[in-house]
Amino acid sequence: MRVCRKQTGVTGGLEFKPIGEANMKHLMRPHHPDIDETMWNRIDQIIETHRPRPGSVIAALRECQEVVGYLPVPLMDYIGRGMNLPPSDVYGVASFYSLFSMTPKGRHTVRVCMGTACYVKGIKEVMSRISNEYHIEEGGTTGDRRFSLEAVRCLGACGLAPVMVVDHDTHGDVKADGVLKVLERYE
Amino acid sequence: MQKLTQRELEKRREALVAARAADGKIRLLVCGGTGCHATGSIPVIEALKAEIEKNGLGDRYAVVETGCNGFCAMGPIMVVHPEGIFYQKLTAEDMPTVVAEHLIGGKPVEKLLYKNPVDKKRIPLQSDIPFFSHQMPRVLRNKGLIDPESIDDYIERDGYKGVAKALLEMRPAEIIEQMKISGLRGRGGAGFPAGMKWDFASRSVSDIKYVLCNADEGDPGAFMDRSILEADPHAVIEGMIIAARAIDARKGYVYARTEYPLAIRRLQIAIDQARELGLMGQNILDSGFDFELEIYQGAGAFVCGEETALMRSIEGRRGMPRPRPPFPAQKGLWEKPTILNNVETFANVAQIIVNGGQWYASVGTEKSKGTKVFAISGDVNNIGLVEVPMGASLRSIIFDVGGGVPDKKKFKAVQLGGPSGGCIPEAYLDTPVDYEEIAKVGAIMGSGGVIVMDEDTCMVDMARFFMDFIQDESCGKCTPCREGTRRFLQILEKICDGRGEPGDIESLEELSVIIKDTALCGLGQTAPNPVLSTLRYFRDEYNAHVYEKRCPAKRCVELLKFEIDPEACTGCGLCFRACPVEAIVWKKKEKARIDKEKCIKCLTCFNKCKFGAIN
Repeated sequence: MRVCRKQTGVTGGLEFKPIGEANMKHLMRPHHPDIDETMWNRIDQIIETHRPRPGSVIAALRECQEVVGYLPVPLMDYIGRGMNLPPSDVYGVASFYSLFSMTPKGRHTVRVCMGTACYVKGIKEVMSRISNEYHIEEGGTTGDRRFSLEAVRCLGACGLAPVMVVDHDTHGDVKADGVLKVLERYE
Repeated sequence: MQKLTQRELEKRREALVAARAADGKIRLLVCGGTGCHATGSIPVIEALKAEIEKNGLGDRYAVVETGCNGFCAMGPIMVVHPEGIFYQKLTAEDMPTVVAEHLIGGKPVEKLLYKNPVDKKRIPLQSDIPFFSHQMPRVLRNKGLIDPESIDDYIERDGYKGVAKALLEMRPAEIIEQMKISGLRGRGGAGFPAGMKWDFASRSVSDIKYVLCNADEGDPGAFMDRSILEADPHAVIEGMIIAARAIDARKGYVYARTEYPLAIRRLQIAIDQARELGLMGQNILDSGFDFELEIYQGAGAFVCGEETALMRSIEGRRGMPRPRPPFPAQKGLWEKPTILNNVETFANVAQIIVNGGQWYASVGTEKSKGTKVFAISGDVNNIGLVEVPMGASLRSIIFDVGGGVPDKKKFKAVQLGGPSGGCIPEAYLDTPVDYEEIAKVGAIMGSGGVIVMDEDTCMVDMARFFMDFIQDESCGKCTPCREGTRRFLQILEKICDGRGEPGDIESLEELSVIIKDTALCGLGQTAPNPVLSTLRYFRDEYNAHVYEKRCPAKRCVELLKFEIDPEACTGCGLCFRACPVEAIVWKKKEKARIDKEKCIKCLTCFNKCKFGAIN
């Protein structure tokens, strides 16, 4: 049993000391136009949950991005301070993984699958049709912040290829001819 | 809830089997995998339930949402069990008909049955459909048969028998011995014998060890791991507990892609259920053995499928590989001995323990034992998940199980192993599925993605596609991979855009050798494979691009003229109606012409024209 308790620590000796909620309040919340009071409270909770668990900065960043929509630099610095990590570490992680975005997103995220099966079945034409119609490049957002266009790696739904995911809706068998009709539905 | 002992587990199983036999309910198994969810299986389930309720059939029929059935292209799918009638492409509106004609009338609904693309005949029974009849389900034995969110469904089908046996009747050395006899090799792609890996880790002395499951299925065109996790998550958990026992680890992680939300949710449910019954956590089945399992979500980096990079990522850092040795079996996660296996590898383990290594090794070739799960997609009739014995030929997978190439097009090549793999042409289709044999023809077994390509695919463009992927996913740590793949891509783009020069093909070959020899990790070392294998079999296409400025498959738009041949044009106007930018000039009964100022080279007219009049 004694051995077991040691094991569930999971840290391999790299224990992080919790600083407690009292300390959390001393962290100055930077002012940011896209983050309101409720979001900050939620962010504090996320940091609080993850701080004692080493290696959880990726999870913390992901959850904070879900709250705010993207990761502005002041937010990343705030997360770093909260989790006792240098800002360079947080930025290093956020810039490495494709899930994280440091620029604001549109109201709807259009994720076009660039997997091999979709490619063979003509996703390239679908992509260029969207780009031409809304004048957005891959990774860009329309001027009116209606759509963000992303090219993603295989979504594992190759049975439906070519695949496009708008927000949480998966659209299978999308053709260049029909794709604009699908997108019209998202205001 | 009560924590189970081995005897109580057996009792629970017997009771479940007896209860199932006693209620005599016919089970309507509706596929609830990611694919079928997207095509609308949830409304189908709701409509079916409502219709059964309305007709008062609740005591004779049970609707079950299963994991991925495997035949993704035909979704939403329903199988009537135990009869075995297979329905495809269902909609909620079909449900009243199904209930009235089949459940009440006793006659299967003809128009919803599977139609054989060869002779256009309907096939009512799942077991008669070629896609299923050529398979040998072992890893996928529960797919489409159980509710993945119910641990009792799993226990009823001999679930957790392997854990009970491994924990209470076997010593760790015996577990490893059986794994070695089985000859099971890592299903992630490299094919390292799992038993040996476990043996190394068990010999490492440390108070803390880890068991990791690689569910970061990054290869484009691969969805085996997602389907296994969605259809049978407990099988993976069971394999991990047994592995932990073998190497004496108390903690495990499943590193899963964040793009697979349904798989993650079902795995979490499975872990919680196992913990509740005492099959996870402290003192599992009263054996004195403890094991905790946690899901770690990745954040979208292909290189994290490499073992050392994956471990860095779990540590919360940039997922960059490091040189080996030390191997993870000595120094892995948090510098502790660690084993990492793929989802499919772990899903095999429990059956090996229950039935013995000998049983597992009875199927397969000399060096590759057991079965392999493949995800077939691309230009093929039957898209989906298949499991075949090792040694089966690629031809049988593509033509017998996969049903061949649709639309009377000609088969051109099959791509195996994702961005690290290669393309195999028709001439080598009789190659058996075997790690060594596939390597001989220039591809790799890989994790199991099989992408079929028809004659309309340009192989230079395919090489460019994979190189674009690899150079984007290169982590940037070592120069050969970071700079080499970029240079690769520049040359390939040049060739595809019609700016290819003599010497370019030779540069590609030279670069390949250098990158292969000098890159730090598997990602870089295998990066040249897509180029090398296409060069090996389709060099004439490269030559046509470079020397004749011509794309034989007519996919590279910069090499196409976009002119209408007045001889071939019938003046039908199909292209005119299809063009999104009104670049086609056409009047009724007149031949069409393309206005090059307006043309955006989208290929729509080219694909629409039935007379091949567009160049």
